[in-house]
Amino acid sequence: MKLTISGAIVAYAAVSGAALAQTELALWYHGAGNEEEAAVLNGAIEDFNNAQGDWTVVVESFPQIAYNDSVVAAALAGNLPDILDIDGPVMPNWAWSGYLQPLQVDETLVSNFLPSTVGRWDGEIYSVGLWDAAVAIMTRQSTLDKYGIRVPTLEEPWSLEEFNAALETIKASGDFDYPLDLGTAWTGEWYPYAFSPFLQSFGGDIVNRDDYQSADGVLNGDAAIAFGEWWQSLFANDYAPGTSQDPAVRDTGLIDGKYAMSWNGNWAATPVLDAFGDDTLFLPAPDFGNGSTIGAGSWQFGISATSAHPDGAAAFIEHLMQDKYTAAFSDTLGLVPATPTAAAQSKYYAEGAPMEVFYGLSEAQALVRPVTPGYVVAAKVFEKALSDIANGGDVIDTLDAAVDEIDADIAKNGGYGH
Amino acid sequence: MASKLTQSNSAGWAFALPGFGLIALFIVVPFFFAFGLSLTNQRLVSPNPTEFVGLANYKNLLGVGMITLEPERNDAGEILRGQDGEIQYPRVRNYTRKNPDYPHLDGMREWFRWSSGDNAKVVLAKDVVFVKALKNTLTFVVIVAPLQASLALLLALLINQKLRGINVFRTIYFMPVVISIVVVSLLWRFIYSGDNGLLNNILGALTFGLFEPVDWLGQPSTALGAIIAMSIWQAVGFHMVIWLSGLQTISPVLYEAARIEGSSAWQTFKYVTWPGLRNTAVLILIVITMQAFAIFAQIDVMTSGGPLDSTQTLVFQAVERGYGKQDISGGSVISVILFLIVLSISLIQRWLTREKN
Amino acid sequence: MAAIDPSNRGLRLVTRYLVLGLVALVFIFPVVFMIVSSLKPDQQLLTDTGSLRAFLPVGDISLDNYFAAFERAPIGKFVFNSVLVTVITVSLSLFLCSLAAFSFTYLEWFGRAALLSVILATLIIPFETIAIPLLLLVSKLPWIGVEGVTYGWLDSYRVQIIPWIADALTVFLFVQYFKDLPRELIEAARVEGATWWQIYYRVVMPLSGPVIATGAILKTLKMYNEQYIWPLISVQSETYRPVMVGLQYFFQLQIAWGEVMAYLTMITVPVLAFYLVLQRAFIASIASTGVKG
Repeated sequence: MKLTISGAIVAYAAVSGAALAQTELALWYHGAGNEEEAAVLNGAIEDFNNAQGDWTVVVESFPQIAYNDSVVAAALAGNLPDILDIDGPVMPNWAWSGYLQPLQVDETLVSNFLPSTVGRWDGEIYSVGLWDAAVAIMTRQSTLDKYGIRVPTLEEPWSLEEFNAALETIKASGDFDYPLDLGTAWTGEWYPYAFSPFLQSFGGDIVNRDDYQSADGVLNGDAAIAFGEWWQSLFANDYAPGTSQDPAVRDTGLIDGKYAMSWNGNWAATPVLDAFGDDTLFLPAPDFGNGSTIGAGSWQFGISATSAHPDGAAAFIEHLMQDKYTAAFSDTLGLVPATPTAAAQSKYYAEGAPMEVFYGLSEAQALVRPVTPGYVVAAKVFEKALSDIANGGDVIDTLDAAVDEIDADIAKNGGYGH
Repeated sequence: MASKLTQSNSAGWAFALPGFGLIALFIVVPFFFAFGLSLTNQRLVSPNPTEFVGLANYKNLLGVGMITLEPERNDAGEILRGQDGEIQYPRVRNYTRKNPDYPHLDGMREWFRWSSGDNAKVVLAKDVVFVKALKNTLTFVVIVAPLQASLALLLALLINQKLRGINVFRTIYFMPVVISIVVVSLLWRFIYSGDNGLLNNILGALTFGLFEPVDWLGQPSTALGAIIAMSIWQAVGFHMVIWLSGLQTISPVLYEAARIEGSSAWQTFKYVTWPGLRNTAVLILIVITMQAFAIFAQIDVMTSGGPLDSTQTLVFQAVERGYGKQDISGGSVISVILFLIVLSISLIQRWLTREKN
Repeated sequence: MAAIDPSNRGLRLVTRYLVLGLVALVFIFPVVFMIVSSLKPDQQLLTDTGSLRAFLPVGDISLDNYFAAFERAPIGKFVFNSVLVTVITVSLSLFLCSLAAFSFTYLEWFGRAALLSVILATLIIPFETIAIPLLLLVSKLPWIGVEGVTYGWLDSYRVQIIPWIADALTVFLFVQYFKDLPRELIEAARVEGATWWQIYYRVVMPLSGPVIATGAILKTLKMYNEQYIWPLISVQSETYRPVMVGLQYFFQLQIAWGEVMAYLTMITVPVLAFYLVLQRAFIASIASTGVKG
């Protein structure tokens, strides 16, 4: 029906010579259930639809936790929209699989974007994000003071020994259920996003980034084993709640005083600021030997391979890339703005604003997750390995098994096109 | 079974065809499709061409091996022992990772081991997660099927009394059945929580604080048991109602006769009630077994197969591989194997419960 | 045992109710927890799980979670979709499956045994294991509508209904039940010259109240409660989403547990009401048929 009716409208428009044929562009977005986010996005869409006469963007929102599954299923069934939002590390998989087409935007337009917000694969730009996310150790100045723990800085983060000593001191005091909350309750992408930087700081990685053909030696080498043993000790010593952590306590434990420190993202920063005010500290990740790093790459926008109107889709994405929308998303959701100019306009990330530190973290420490189509599987394998080690699995055997699985997957996929 | 009334090809087909056609199109065809996929290297999404690989996927899943480890010895030939006196063995990885002397063990992992004199016998599997999922699924079925069926019968007997307000109790017992298993699993996460969980608090209160809190879903020794208990709790009401409908078809005359004969409660059950429940029992056992083999949602919501694979199940692994790891052929292999297992079990069940006349 | 002492009898009655009541507690406590929690603010909800207050509507009680839940998601639409899909599917299922079961039980025809075996074998295929092949299939199927022939069923009500109509369990339930109906009734009708359709419609179905109720309950629960993976992959528009997919709207990065509980309570109510209505019919029909024994 859609086809015949819109066909009739086009025919009618041609005959009457009226220019009422705005072409519809479908956009899928991961934010269903988040009213504030929807309001910002809808505002930006409305502006776009009113500002020009060629295109009308229509949004369909999906709940975030099932968004990727919905997109993969739709791609399988040949039912993708024109414009998609894409989780950064997943983009290479979708590009390689043929869901996406390169995004025709001028390099100059993205020159001031944080590198982690521009999705590149095979020498082309496929996606652009308005924001990044950053993770920090959230705690209180008063807590650190009480136990005589040094406040780390970007220039001088905690070392492994300092960090372990701090955990031990707080644990010994008995004042908290656990010194550190890692968010182990959040299954899924949180594990590789939040914890693979620890592994990288130890000197290992999820996959060897020289050619992305194997994980052998990086995920089960000496550095990785050292990381695994440290990771296991966090749970064996009761420094952190294990994988069965109650997700509700994850959200409130720091504020309720059950946890002394919480490893959490900027999106969770506002409740902490509301609760602790000036006492709040957002601290960089410890340096486990190879520098302090955090994960990078958040949601970005791209164009599906099947879209008949990549020009319109690109026009919309360029429209979104304005600082005012970046700042609006940031103000609403607490996200790290993609450009310094947007950061300056934003509520939380302007100079002297309470979350400015996260912009610094993103700028200084961000390391994107391995840019390979194989990441999707490797991430799952990594998550299971970390979960098994946390539950007492043999470190070396578990890492070996993870390496075997990742390597087998890469082989089965013919090297994933690298 | 009594002979059919009449030969009637046209009416027979006409009546059966709509239902059968839908089942054939939407279940049988996709299943054969899945079977076909299991013989290829098909990925969920991939620009690479699909290749026929024969039974390679099955071999990867089902391959097992064994190795005997000899103790580590020092230069004097004495056995090395750890702090607690346990014998030290070389790591299995020395044999299973790129060791040219043991090509048949390459890529295998330890499944379990036992001691044999000073040596250790280690059973290895190509796919340890799969064999654990298989074992857990079978455990789940073997515990749930008889336990749930008998608890349901107990409840049915309890509720089959002529008492004022018995309807209220029957409704309450049935209530968990009408709640989605996803919802139930979410609620029971609060109940099982080790942090501030309801179950720990109730047990603590009942024992005046003597009970040590347990992280029910967080440790391998209790996680599967916790899920079993919850699954029975959720589904038992339904089977209670099926038993109940069976019970209510037994004529009161028979009970009256038993009462006049002066038979005890147990005798009444054995000679009157149970024989009248034959068909019901077959139905219930088959239904519970099928449902138990398909266990998925509880795992997906509560544990994702953890901790340490203690709650992996076949359907969960099929889904995890097929969608999560985009390995549709690997997921399909598990589906086919599951089908074959349940088919053999139900054929055995049918044979055991066949009508002996 | 024979002589009944009134006081003894009273004691036994109390014991019976006590046992019934204790068992009832076991079955009802999570439900009470759900409903009570839906009335509390998140902070209190989480603290209360540490004590018996979890089951009591005490403290800061309000309907705020319900209002917030309605703001977050178009709940009415989700419930409408689920109810619509369920009602149509269950009705068609009871009709087509009983018709097939009738044929399998009473009629003799070529291929009967083979077809029945195939149907029973599908009983053991968990849906999750064929979801992707099924998705690929329905994305290619033709449909004849007002606009002529189109291809692909995705993103519609029909994709949520038609594949689910016929299922082995419902056929199996009817076959098991029909086997036990007295054959004389059917033979008598046959002798009087009734057609098979008339026997199905006038003789067998009126005697099938209990199995219809059982089948309806079972199928309704499946359609309303368990439709999660399939709509997730086959439906893209919010317009067609059912309640279980709607649940995901509430799992944001920071989960509002009070709203989750309110949503769970709201989506559970229709199916609970359905059961309460049907169980009367269910029991009544068992009593009225009285064909066995």
